[in-house]
Amino acid sequence: MVPMEIDLGPLLPHHFIEVVMGFALLVVIAIFIGKVVVPAFERMYEERTEQIQGGIEKAERAQAEAAAALQEHQQQLNEARQEAARIREDAKNDGARIKAEMRAEAEAEKERIVESARIQMEAERAQVVSQLRAEVGGLATTLAGRIVGESLDDDERARRTVDRFLADLENDGQSAQNVGQQV
Amino acid sequence: MGSLTLPLIPMAGGGGYTPPSADDFIYDPILGTTWLNKVFLQSILALIIVMVLWFVLSRNLKVVPGKRQFFGEMLYDFIRNGVGRDMIGHDFRRYLPWLLAFFTFILVNNWFGQVFFVMLPTYSLVGYAYGSALLVWIIYITAGIRKHGLLKYLKLQTMPEGVPWFLYLMIIPLEVLSNFITRPITLALRLFANMFAGHLVIMVFVVGGGFLVTQADGLINNIGGGVSLIFSFAVFGLELFIGALQAYIFTVLAAQYIESSISEAH
Repeated sequence: MVPMEIDLGPLLPHHFIEVVMGFALLVVIAIFIGKVVVPAFERMYEERTEQIQGGIEKAERAQAEAAAALQEHQQQLNEARQEAARIREDAKNDGARIKAEMRAEAEAEKERIVESARIQMEAERAQVVSQLRAEVGGLATTLAGRIVGESLDDDERARRTVDRFLADLENDGQSAQNVGQQV
Repeated sequence: MGSLTLPLIPMAGGGGYTPPSADDFIYDPILGTTWLNKVFLQSILALIIVMVLWFVLSRNLKVVPGKRQFFGEMLYDFIRNGVGRDMIGHDFRRYLPWLLAFFTFILVNNWFGQVFFVMLPTYSLVGYAYGSALLVWIIYITAGIRKHGLLKYLKLQTMPEGVPWFLYLMIIPLEVLSNFITRPITLALRLFANMFAGHLVIMVFVVGGGFLVTQADGLINNIGGGVSLIFSFAVFGLELFIGALQAYIFTVLAAQYIESSISEAH
């Protein structure tokens, strides 16, 4: 019995072609997969990773933009508030000033009206006085003429008489006034 | 008459019962050659199936996958991430095509044992297992030499760190034996033995059951044969699982051998 001739039984390939096929077919498949399948899948995975990362970056950018816009709006709002407060303050001041002006103006107007009324009254009084003076003279002369029974048609004399009378009258009034003041 | 009704039972006619044996794995060559037989053709068929499968799965890959691509990605990632990246680490891309080829080709060939008209796992013929294991052997040794250079690779593989020098006399032959000789042999025999035994079990249930069912002289025999035939479907299911498991184990071990070749520490 030669020791090299061990009966391997089913462990002995039936034909060498089996070993070759078990080897070669795997090589063919692996080369095909390495050339076609793996690049296709890996390219797609890279693309997917890029897209996901790009999406995340885009979202972050949008978030930053939103935050900036919010800050800007808040700033604008603050400015608007300050502006409003300033305008309100100005309006208040203006109002107070205008009120004061109006009051002063009204005061002045009042003064003016009172003054003009006084002046007018003065003028009217003077007019009335002068008119009365003339008329009183006439009336008095007529009356006196009636009473005396003679005409006092001599104008020159009549006027002198009246003037004297009136002067006396005024003097009386003044002395009476003086007496009143002294008392 | 038995062979007419049930082509799965090659030995049922002619009277006596011949139990299934290793001889049932021998197929006669056709067309006047010594090598072209059914197993040869079915291995070519497996090649075509695997290549068409991957070709279809890798067409028009979109960033947002559809149903076809979802399945393709599942299969691809199962090996890419589950085996390649986890076992080999950052250098896995170079070896990924090999791992994908191992898993899918062996899976298809193993499932041939449960497919009608083929009805034979290709790797139940030991020559195929030898060929595939030889390929793994060449790949992982080449990977190691490529990474470290021949001398450093041999040193890393045979002289583990932390071993006192006087033990080298024992350690070096042991490491050579385990890393360069038993690895490919066990790889081949594990795959072959599982497929061979599984197919033999199926043949026992189917052939034996078929023989008993067609026996005319006993009701109990017929019932037993029927039960045996029904039970063979459970064995089919088991064999489908074992076929997938063995394809996965072969791939994982190949990845592990590659990893141990290119890693710095033993």
